[in-house]
Amino acid sequence: MRRDARVKAAILGPGNIGTDLMVKLQRVPVIELALMVGIYPDSAGLARAAELGVATSTDGLDAVLERDDIELVFEATAAQVHLENAPRLEAAGKRVVDLTPAAVGPYVVPSVNIDSHLDAANVNLVSCGGQATIPFVHAIDRVADVDYAEIVATIASKSAGQGTRQNIDEFTTTTARGIEVVGGAGRGKAIIILNPAEPPIHMRDTVFATVQRPDPDAIEDSVQRMAEELRTYVPGCRLLMCETDGRQVTVMVEIAGAADFLPAYAGNLDIMTAAAARVGGRLAEHLLEARVAS
Amino acid sequence: MLNLVDTSLRDGMHSVRHQFTPAQVAEVARGLDRAGVGTIEVAHGDGIGGSSIQYGISAADDNDYVEAAAGAVERARVAVLLLPGIGTVEHLRQAQACGATVARIATHCTEADVAQQHIPSAREAGMHVIGFLMMSHMVEPGELAAQAKLMQSYGTHVVYVVDSAGAMTPPDAVARVEALLDAVDCEVGFHAHNNLGCGVANALAAAAAGATWLDGSCRGLGAGAGNAATEVLCTALDRAGHETGIDLFGLMDVAEDVVSPLMPRPQIIDRASLVLGYAGVYSSFLLHAETAAEKYGVDARELLVELGRRRTVGGQEDMIIEVAAELARGT
Repeated sequence: MRRDARVKAAILGPGNIGTDLMVKLQRVPVIELALMVGIYPDSAGLARAAELGVATSTDGLDAVLERDDIELVFEATAAQVHLENAPRLEAAGKRVVDLTPAAVGPYVVPSVNIDSHLDAANVNLVSCGGQATIPFVHAIDRVADVDYAEIVATIASKSAGQGTRQNIDEFTTTTARGIEVVGGAGRGKAIIILNPAEPPIHMRDTVFATVQRPDPDAIEDSVQRMAEELRTYVPGCRLLMCETDGRQVTVMVEIAGAADFLPAYAGNLDIMTAAAARVGGRLAEHLLEARVAS
Repeated sequence: MLNLVDTSLRDGMHSVRHQFTPAQVAEVARGLDRAGVGTIEVAHGDGIGGSSIQYGISAADDNDYVEAAAGAVERARVAVLLLPGIGTVEHLRQAQACGATVARIATHCTEADVAQQHIPSAREAGMHVIGFLMMSHMVEPGELAAQAKLMQSYGTHVVYVVDSAGAMTPPDAVARVEALLDAVDCEVGFHAHNNLGCGVANALAAAAAGATWLDGSCRGLGAGAGNAATEVLCTALDRAGHETGIDLFGLMDVAEDVVSPLMPRPQIIDRASLVLGYAGVYSSFLLHAETAAEKYGVDARELLVELGRRRTVGGQEDMIIEVAAELARGT
């Protein structure tokens, strides 16, 4: 692999999420962000992309499909849009990281299962609450075997956009499924709370788990290791509590955002873009390895 | 005529840590129905789907509670509460299949738009839909009215001023009910908690201001210092000249003979529940705060005041543990 080899990527959706992701992708050495795509000419995100020297287009999906050199696509639009885009992206041979709740491809949480899905055409990032909590469900499960896990995600009201507010059931059901499928819990449940306090609160997440083998030291060690792993891409992840009481484990974390574009209180959005950048980087490395091998 | 909703079997669930059995639910519902209570709310204290480590695991499935109540009543309607973010439209669909006909969709007082999936779904399914603006004391009447308007736009038949923290006095209740009546075309209701000893007085004031839906629970059984006691509220409403259609002696008998024996402790305003009202904290936090205070060796009142200072909202029971641990560490 040449040291300067990079994979060309595009972002679909120049909203807050797409714009924050754009900033983060500048720091991923194996990715060259070649295109930022929207549909509205007056988009602030497109203007910002142009300022950073990233090519822009208002032609939507077609702008990506006509670029054979772009291998990796980040979908930061909405679930309904991605459901329409996904088959066309796959037919064009693009690798897709889906930040919407569409869940066309398998759920991926970078600190848990990215290496199992390096060849998937499309991977989905579950939900913000899932990205913040599933790593800890997995950390508990790998040493203690989780029967049941329940997560409570509390986010600043200001950080919950219309997409979240219109689809709050999708958040709870998708996150619950992710807790089971990726986290390894026998059964999962998810709760989301919006808090309007000013100044806005940081994202807080609690994991309650009922386990088979409640060894407090082994659990705490595993959870601490996971927190360190998460901090490699979400520096503002702070472990507030890890407690084992009988068969019940309680883990609490706070997620402050990196404030790349989104404000620091929007840790819930930051963890999605940070996960997307991490997953994209890993997929790009894998594509480059395949290039060298062939 | 005023519409009475008895919530002994829903808000009262907080006081029994969600441990009523379906048989107990059926017994209370039967008595309330005979006394002429129009709407009976049942299931987990935090609404359908609320059974969890966070809020407490209930003794039976929500659907079993709904079925038990629906099977026991002849005239009354069975209501369920749903908090978007905790329960889902699917939970509501199941509750309706088990016999619930009234859906109470509850959000924090500034977050009405998280109900934009659930209110229309309930309405389309033919349920009577009540929007429930929790912690209404935290915002000014005008802002609350704007949120009520949003709920109405999604399709509510009734919107409620909900004093979840029992932090209002009668002028606060009146100002909010009046603001809502000015803003919406649908009916307006009031849900009281008795932490400041104003439960019945607030409900009476709300009725005088034009609210046509009022909540109570027998003997006040409910979160914090409890709700407005239904039997006291109905008797006082009668004295104040309101028509409720309730058999007062029958209702008093249900409260004293059926509900009272099920109560683990008397529903009084003790120092911790008084502080809920004083600090403006969600009433359901009470038992969780007492448990955490004991476990971490801190004063329950200091814990509640700190939770109020941090402007916690309904549903944030996990914050109680975090703040208790912090206070214990002295940080």
